[in-house]
Amino acid sequence: MLSVKHHSVAYGQSTIIEDLNLDVGKNEIVAVVGRNGMGKTTLMKSLVGMTPSKSGEVSLDGIDLSNLKSFQRVRAGVGFVPQGRMIFPTLTVRENIETGLAAVGEKKVPEDLYKLFPVLKEMQNRRGGNLSGGQQQQLAIARALATRPKVLLLDEPTEGIQPNIIKDIARTLRRIRDERGLSILVSEQVLSFVMDAADRILVIEKGVIVHEENREEADQDKIASYLAV
Amino acid sequence: MFDGYTSSELMSIFAMQGFAGLSLFSVFVLMALGLAIIFGQMGVINMAHGEFMILGAYTTYLTSGFFQLYLPGLFGGYFFVAMILAFLICSALGALVEWLMIRHLYHRPLDTLLATWGLSLIMQQAYRSIFGAREVGVDLPEWMMGAFSVTDLVELPINGLFVMIIALSTAVAVYLLMYRSGYGKKVRAVVQNRPMAEAVGVNSAGIDRATFALGSGIAGIAGAAFTMIGSTGPSSGQAYIVDTFLVVVFGGAQSLIGTIVSAFGISQAQSTMEFFLSGSMAKVLTLLVVVGILMLRPEGLMALKVRR
Repeated sequence: MLSVKHHSVAYGQSTIIEDLNLDVGKNEIVAVVGRNGMGKTTLMKSLVGMTPSKSGEVSLDGIDLSNLKSFQRVRAGVGFVPQGRMIFPTLTVRENIETGLAAVGEKKVPEDLYKLFPVLKEMQNRRGGNLSGGQQQQLAIARALATRPKVLLLDEPTEGIQPNIIKDIARTLRRIRDERGLSILVSEQVLSFVMDAADRILVIEKGVIVHEENREEADQDKIASYLAV
Repeated sequence: MFDGYTSSELMSIFAMQGFAGLSLFSVFVLMALGLAIIFGQMGVINMAHGEFMILGAYTTYLTSGFFQLYLPGLFGGYFFVAMILAFLICSALGALVEWLMIRHLYHRPLDTLLATWGLSLIMQQAYRSIFGAREVGVDLPEWMMGAFSVTDLVELPINGLFVMIIALSTAVAVYLLMYRSGYGKKVRAVVQNRPMAEAVGVNSAGIDRATFALGSGIAGIAGAAFTMIGSTGPSSGQAYIVDTFLVVVFGGAQSLIGTIVSAFGISQAQSTMEFFLSGSMAKVLTLLVVVGILMLRPEGLMALKVRR
């Protein structure tokens, strides 16, 4: 599905991600965990094309994305939920979702998105900026789903969100995956969330994947030791 | 300063100056709409905006000449053709300028300022070489001449009314485009967060080009309207550009309603005060009030307030 080979990203002289390889299979939820500054956000941004990559190849379903701009990657099937949510604050909730729809040439917000996030239907005429953090997170996910992605990238979706809603988000991700048959790549620091949501766990350290485990046989203590400061 | 006028005379003066202010308001609105779209939405300060307006005015001048020579029977309707032509020509030039120049300078606001100022000088000189330094005027079709007499003292010129109608319908059209269409939604998304808009599939470079073309096209309409109430010279645009910036900044860069309200306030204040005081005193007073209000509300009259 999503395949990343020899991927490197650098800001000027400082290389953040070096020769990284990863694959996300069809219908799979993969979590990338790691401490702050290890390259999670840079990895996500470079996959969607917000940050240019230095070398390597990113492909989705056999289509090479490496030379595409951000909006072209989205149209090719990459959905992106950024860290800090970044919804459009002065657009209404409905308009926020509609910006995503435009990418695939649709006009009306599909009912199944509102079914997934009923609160967004209730608030569809409010400005995005006036929603709470948890609601904004749902909006950001809905906006990304509106682009009908084949793979959904989420960058620290639990940041700044209360623990019981974190559980909801994990459940929602699994539900999205089951209902829509897409693949999900999520970067995270909260181990409990990762154990709830992911099928496979990768640990990133200084821009390199240093450890990989399936969730079933995952050794929580070992992964926690990677996350400990 | 009101000494020596009877109260009925004062009423008439206010009504007529108020109406003169409305003509000024119309030109301000048309100019400021284009500028507000470009400045508010893209952060580009287009110093050549006045010259785009003059391009529209010259287009109208040429069209009226063409109709006089070849289609005298249809002369009454030339203005509508001219307006459409002015819009098309100016937006085409706008798109070209964006592609050649502006898009390379998006992250350098001061350089854009200089570059567009240079462009304005080039355009002015081009007008001088092509059309000559003398101001040109167009002949109004018959139905646009004359005035409504409301009372014995108050007369409202028809061309002024007409320009006002154009300004208001353009404003409504722009409003609908920005707040009701898919294009407008994309523009607003790009304004708020360019990289994020790209990451939900909006082609922001294409939106920029369309927006710059639209703003320039509206300047063209402004120019066409301008010929109805004044004559056109190579540097007529300069006279309006500063006031127009004032209108845009005062209204709040991202608010269309704010732009219209501030155009109304500034034009009314100037035109009423100009009758009783000298022109420069009127300007000084207007500027003082604007500066005072901007100190209290730095984001302009009608900036939206939300969590960011």
